[in-house]
Amino acid sequence: MTVVETAIGTAKTMVLNMGPQHPSTHGVLRILLELDGETVVKATPDLGYLHTGIEKSCEDKTYSQAITLTDRMDYLNPLGNNLVYCLAVEKLLGLEIPKRAQYIRVMLVELQRISSHLVWLGTHAIDLGAMSVFLYCFREREEILKIFELFSGQRMMTSYIRIGGLALEPPAGWRQAVERFLKMMPSRVDEYESLLTENRIWMGRTKDVGYISAEDAIALSMTGPTIRAAGIAYDNRKFFPYSSYEEFEFDIPTRTDSDCFARYMIRVAEMRESLKIVRQAMQKITDQGAIRTDAPGIVPPQREKMKTEMEALIYHFKIFTEGFSPAPGEAFVTVESPRGELGCFIASDGSPKPLRAHFRSPSYINLQALPKLVEGQLISDVIACIGTIDIVLGEVDR
Amino acid sequence: MTESSSQNTNVVAGELRAWNPKAVGEVIEFRGETTIVVPRELLLAAAQRCRDEAALQYNLLTDATCVDRFPQEPRFELNYHLVSIPRREKIRLKVRLSGDDAVVDSLVPLWPGANWLEREIFDLFGIRFSGHPDLRRILLPEDWEGYPLRRDYPVEGFRDIPSGGSLYRKSSP
Repeated sequence: MTVVETAIGTAKTMVLNMGPQHPSTHGVLRILLELDGETVVKATPDLGYLHTGIEKSCEDKTYSQAITLTDRMDYLNPLGNNLVYCLAVEKLLGLEIPKRAQYIRVMLVELQRISSHLVWLGTHAIDLGAMSVFLYCFREREEILKIFELFSGQRMMTSYIRIGGLALEPPAGWRQAVERFLKMMPSRVDEYESLLTENRIWMGRTKDVGYISAEDAIALSMTGPTIRAAGIAYDNRKFFPYSSYEEFEFDIPTRTDSDCFARYMIRVAEMRESLKIVRQAMQKITDQGAIRTDAPGIVPPQREKMKTEMEALIYHFKIFTEGFSPAPGEAFVTVESPRGELGCFIASDGSPKPLRAHFRSPSYINLQALPKLVEGQLISDVIACIGTIDIVLGEVDR
Repeated sequence: MTESSSQNTNVVAGELRAWNPKAVGEVIEFRGETTIVVPRELLLAAAQRCRDEAALQYNLLTDATCVDRFPQEPRFELNYHLVSIPRREKIRLKVRLSGDDAVVDSLVPLWPGANWLEREIFDLFGIRFSGHPDLRRILLPEDWEGYPLRRDYPVEGFRDIPSGGSLYRKSSP
């Protein structure tokens, strides 16, 4: 796809093609590495192998139909994608969401953050040679997926967060399931730390590897754990609270060493913070209350009402045939995904389909910094660096 | 939220107007979001103003994207979303471009992070960024024809479609 220009003469260096089928790229990312011995002189990422045109497809769907597409971008964070899309459409419509639904959204998104960090930690460790961490992480992730299955019937592509609230009432027994997970998880995080944090091989592979200064990180538009590892406490949950995050107490872990080890420590600390948020959300979620806002013509009516009220039946029919039309305008919403700032920009022209739906995907923008991280490092460090940027190729290419 | 946003609007619009009265073409307030429409020639200088002015400090270029309003003219709208981490504020700069002269200054000299954002817009909308160091397609193959996110590009793409009479007809791009 790309013609490689070498930075220095061809006699001294060789070009190595890494990917698109390489286990450490976690998808189909191709990187052209120009090497001088074992040192990386130049790295050129080449993307697009997974481009599916989701943004274009959104333009041909009604607002509610497009939710299922958002699941499939960042497949480790489908609920977060649902959330950012729904928040953007709700902003366009000017909808208020019931508190109960907001808290359930927060709880699920934080569980999702833990599960995403678990996949990250497991695969990153396996890339660097620590096999057993992978098995432990996926064991705990399975428990989270079971909770999602309980809520939505789906393990991964849940589409549980909908415009105006949630798809379904939380199931019976959800409290016990989440409670069980909360009881188990803190000691498991300690377990991962005892396997890795002071492990000399782990430290050797990650410390002082892939350094980026705070100024460079901001200039390259990096967000998420990578920028927090550089000492900048930028987190959308605190800076621009959405879905009632301002009511929760949690810390934003930061570090200043800005290497792969710091990024690892940040994500482990974030798992503990997410557990704190889930615990608070459980207390805030009441057993009774609306899970959807009352907005006829936008939010589907209850089944009961459809059988007794003619208006409800008409609204139901109209929502699923022609959709609803927000006022012309634009909305841009950002949330904190496990990878960084996930944004959704929607432009409406007053028709039932979006004029434009754009997703600011953190993986795509953070990946741009990869050459900065790896140039001058050893070839084995490239794998550590790709790992700690934490990319999901489905989101990079969309 | 709306109140702080409109205060913020006044700060940004005021600073930009004080620097150059022509810099603020229009100020749009919608759902608590502020959009400042900037003329094309002044985009780079206005963005630099937003980044460097002590009262503004929009140091993070979080997103850049395009909207095609075909068949209206000017059809393209470029939206740059800036975040000020010190001030905890957001702003959107908007530039309108006509279809037959879709060229604008690149923001890469200010934010290296604009590189891939602009490449994506170039790839999918065909807008050219003058001063961009590496303006190549990024998501689509190099030999792709057309710009798929334009509104006059069909969702299913250009391909052979069955039609009356002959079995297959090549639809012209």
